Amino acid sequence: MRKSRYPGLLALSLFLALLPLALPNAYTYDVVVRILINAILVMGLNLLVGFAGQISLGHAGFLGIGAYASAILTVHAGWHPLPAMAAGAAVSGLLALLVARPIFRLKGQYLTMATLGLGIIISIVIANESAWTGGPDGMSVPALALGGFELSGEKRWYGVMAGLLVFCLWACQNLMDSPFGRAVRALHGSEVASQVVGVNVGRYKVAVFVLTAIFASVMGSLTAHYVGFLTPGVAGFFHSIELVTMVVVGGMASLYGSLVGAALLTMLPQLLATLEGWETVAFGSILVFTMIFMPRGLVPMLAARFGRGH
Amino acid sequence: MLSEFLQFLFSGVTVGATYALAALGFTLIYNASHVINFAQGEFIMLGGMLTVAGVSAGLPLPLAIALAIAGAALVGVLVVRFAIRPAKGADVVSLIIITIGVSLVIRGLTQIALGKGTHSFPAFSGSEPLRVLGATLLPQSLWALGVTAAVVAALAWFFSRTLTGKAILATAYNRLAAQLVGISTGKVLYLSFALSAALGALGGVLVTPITMTSSDVGIMLGLKGFVAAVLGGLGNGLGAVVGGLLVGIAEAMAAGYISSAYKDAVPFVMILFLLFFLPRGLFGARVTERV
Amino acid sequence: MNKRMTLKVLAGFVLSLGVGAGSVLAADPIRIGSVLSVTGPAAFLGDPELKTLQLYVEKINKAGGVLGRQLELVHYDDASDAAKANSFTKRLVESDKVDILVGGTTTGSTMAARDVVEKAGISFVSLAGGVPIVEPVKAWIFKTPHTDRMAAEKVFEDMKKHGISKVGLLSETSGFGASGKKETEGVAAKYGITLVANETYGPKDSDMTAQLTKIKSAPGIQALFVFGLGQGPAIVTKNVAQLGITLPHYESHGVASDEYLKLAGKASEGVRLPSPALLVADKLAANDPIKAVTTSYANDYKDRYKQDPSTFGGYAHDGLMLALDAIKRAGSTDKAKVRDALEATRGFKATTGVYNMSATDHMGLDLSAFRMLEVKNGDWVMAK
Repeated sequence: MRKSRYPGLLALSLFLALLPLALPNAYTYDVVVRILINAILVMGLNLLVGFAGQISLGHAGFLGIGAYASAILTVHAGWHPLPAMAAGAAVSGLLALLVARPIFRLKGQYLTMATLGLGIIISIVIANESAWTGGPDGMSVPALALGGFELSGEKRWYGVMAGLLVFCLWACQNLMDSPFGRAVRALHGSEVASQVVGVNVGRYKVAVFVLTAIFASVMGSLTAHYVGFLTPGVAGFFHSIELVTMVVVGGMASLYGSLVGAALLTMLPQLLATLEGWETVAFGSILVFTMIFMPRGLVPMLAARFGRGH
Repeated sequence: MLSEFLQFLFSGVTVGATYALAALGFTLIYNASHVINFAQGEFIMLGGMLTVAGVSAGLPLPLAIALAIAGAALVGVLVVRFAIRPAKGADVVSLIIITIGVSLVIRGLTQIALGKGTHSFPAFSGSEPLRVLGATLLPQSLWALGVTAAVVAALAWFFSRTLTGKAILATAYNRLAAQLVGISTGKVLYLSFALSAALGALGGVLVTPITMTSSDVGIMLGLKGFVAAVLGGLGNGLGAVVGGLLVGIAEAMAAGYISSAYKDAVPFVMILFLLFFLPRGLFGARVTERV
Repeated sequence: MNKRMTLKVLAGFVLSLGVGAGSVLAADPIRIGSVLSVTGPAAFLGDPELKTLQLYVEKINKAGGVLGRQLELVHYDDASDAAKANSFTKRLVESDKVDILVGGTTTGSTMAARDVVEKAGISFVSLAGGVPIVEPVKAWIFKTPHTDRMAAEKVFEDMKKHGISKVGLLSETSGFGASGKKETEGVAAKYGITLVANETYGPKDSDMTAQLTKIKSAPGIQALFVFGLGQGPAIVTKNVAQLGITLPHYESHGVASDEYLKLAGKASEGVRLPSPALLVADKLAANDPIKAVTTSYANDYKDRYKQDPSTFGGYAHDGLMLALDAIKRAGSTDKAKVRDALEATRGFKATTGVYNMSATDHMGLDLSAFRMLEVKNGDWVMAK
């Protein structure tokens, strides 16, 4: 009844191992690394938006917290990158915990508004506290170094990120198939029904929210170290929208869909970049088009088309 | 002391009138279709920008304004035809993304057609400020407030006294029942978007002489309008207007008395606190969920 | 295939051979890479910058190019987002293989590109104003506009001359304004100035009367200094008139464009600001060293785009000309040689001033290149 996940994971690992043969220069590696980072991020967000069915339009806020925590603690306080990342994750997790209970009492559009507000407040704080964050002009972030091994350069990041992606995919699949995952999926279907069968809806929503927040925070820290430079835009409204769009375009509640969504939407601005002046119109049109013709997302639509019934 | 407070109040109420019209637009569309229209801010932008285009093409101001509002309403209709209708039955997240896509298209096309500069046009009755108890008020602000009040009154009459208005309300209340009594819910959808776009455009026209306009003013206005609508209880027209004014005043008071740096955060902090205590907004109805 | 078709195919084949041969014979073009913020909050700056670059690449190509080679402009829009700037810069360097970079509309996008540029060893002439771009000096990065600190110093110099010592600062929360605020606060003491009020506003705000009301009532205030870009300061200026504030009103070089005059209208009368001489090109003395280049740029831009030239476009013009001049002097596009040539720039006349670069100064201008201007009768004049 339950399909084995391993063929899929194996195929992905093989693909990632062979991909470098097709990448001609550091720029293409750069695009791929960004896709990998986004893919992990989007998988995490999918747990909340796709599986648990809770909209969050402010998730870039947690990303920002992780990114700036890493930046501030390594630059201003001289911490080692890994504890800084952990600190960022802790702050994100705590914040998520604090606001989750009151937020999840809200329904529908009110929930959307609350997450939106949270994200924007975080980005405004980051932009204003320029003594710590460098303000709107941003700040530099040193490279991630573990002992003697410095993680810099697109090729090394590729290796690490590819491995991390496969691991996270496996972990998420595992999680969603576990009793925890089933409870989460149940509450998306019908909250009342799940409560009737004994699922503590409130507690699971909070748990997924906190988990996704920590995910986002860690990926934010990694992004900061990879790009080497941060601006408050990483926590902004548009970035949150981009992330949710990746989830939806790829396929809600589809982990492989998250990979596809991340890949497509990370590459799209690069592809549209030569369209002098028409990029905004093109991007907007593609969003509208995709949502109208593939409302369930790309991967579920393809799966349905080819009859595999996911 | 008093003159300072009044000055903050005037500033807040002026900007609040725009938020109120934006919020009304959100509410109208939400009522007709349960869509959160993130392109609402772009309708406001179109009002100002299209009027500027008309004026620079040589049209007299009143004609340019009328054409701009009509133009925005037309855009609203096109949005329904090409983006909302085809997506029937899509879930909330998809609709949000669609309206965001729409806002990008509108903004992008405006940038290409009318450029990225900032523009303005003359105020309706001059720009000599009026002195009131030590504070100053622009005549254009009075126009903004006055017209908004008139529009709200007109809408109230429309929804309670005309058949079309009642049809829209009926659709908002229960779509299926409305269809069963013969209301064309499709037409209601078109009408709400067109009306909402016109309202937004009107708001844009009213404040452009004070705040100027450019192709990207829609973003922040749309967001704050959304906050105002939710503050008042999404779906409640009076709530939207009250919400808009409250947000404007709160912003100005915060800038004046607390810190101007965090002024932009004020509407969002407000909404978060309010939602924690009043999950349905100020005037939102208590709803029971059907299983 | 019938005869006609065969002939057509043959003809096409021969033609393409000819074109292929032609392109092999013609020299490799000089590729100039540019990442500009043509959309987004910094579009006010990026739009004239792109237009200027395109105008002059075309003009120079018509006149034969540089070193016998045609110029090719490869540009991307970072939409005022530093993360995109970083990505596009990598693309320009690694994929498009440009010879030199002229761009970086904002300090954020310039700094985001810094590591890429330094690692790849390619010269980058930035068009942004932040001090961190050239302090500490980075081997490969140069910039054309005055720094925000110089703007503050020029204004304070003028204020001191008029006996002003208590100033209210109203700055924008954008990168430009925030940087300006920091630099202003940093140099105030040097000129004996105390900031008795320090407020901010957002770039898309529509009403600043609240902040101005607070500033107005600061004890002993003698002047107002606004640090912002584009439409914000225009609204501030109108608000100042509305509130009846008669304090001396100083702006930054962020409003050095005719659009400000148009938007602020009568309210801008009497406003003072530091600006490159481009705004008063026609009023410069006949023997002013940059009169020729500023007038020619202003006319070129106006003729082509039917719009008034802006000083931001001027920065792009200067950046391009500096880059091309360095390439000419280096005799090739060898990256190390071009970098050294850039550093050796002396007495280079451009619209923003006369540039003198050195190993310790990658900005090349001093305060004298900034002119203090005043708005009189809706036009710019040199301030007394």
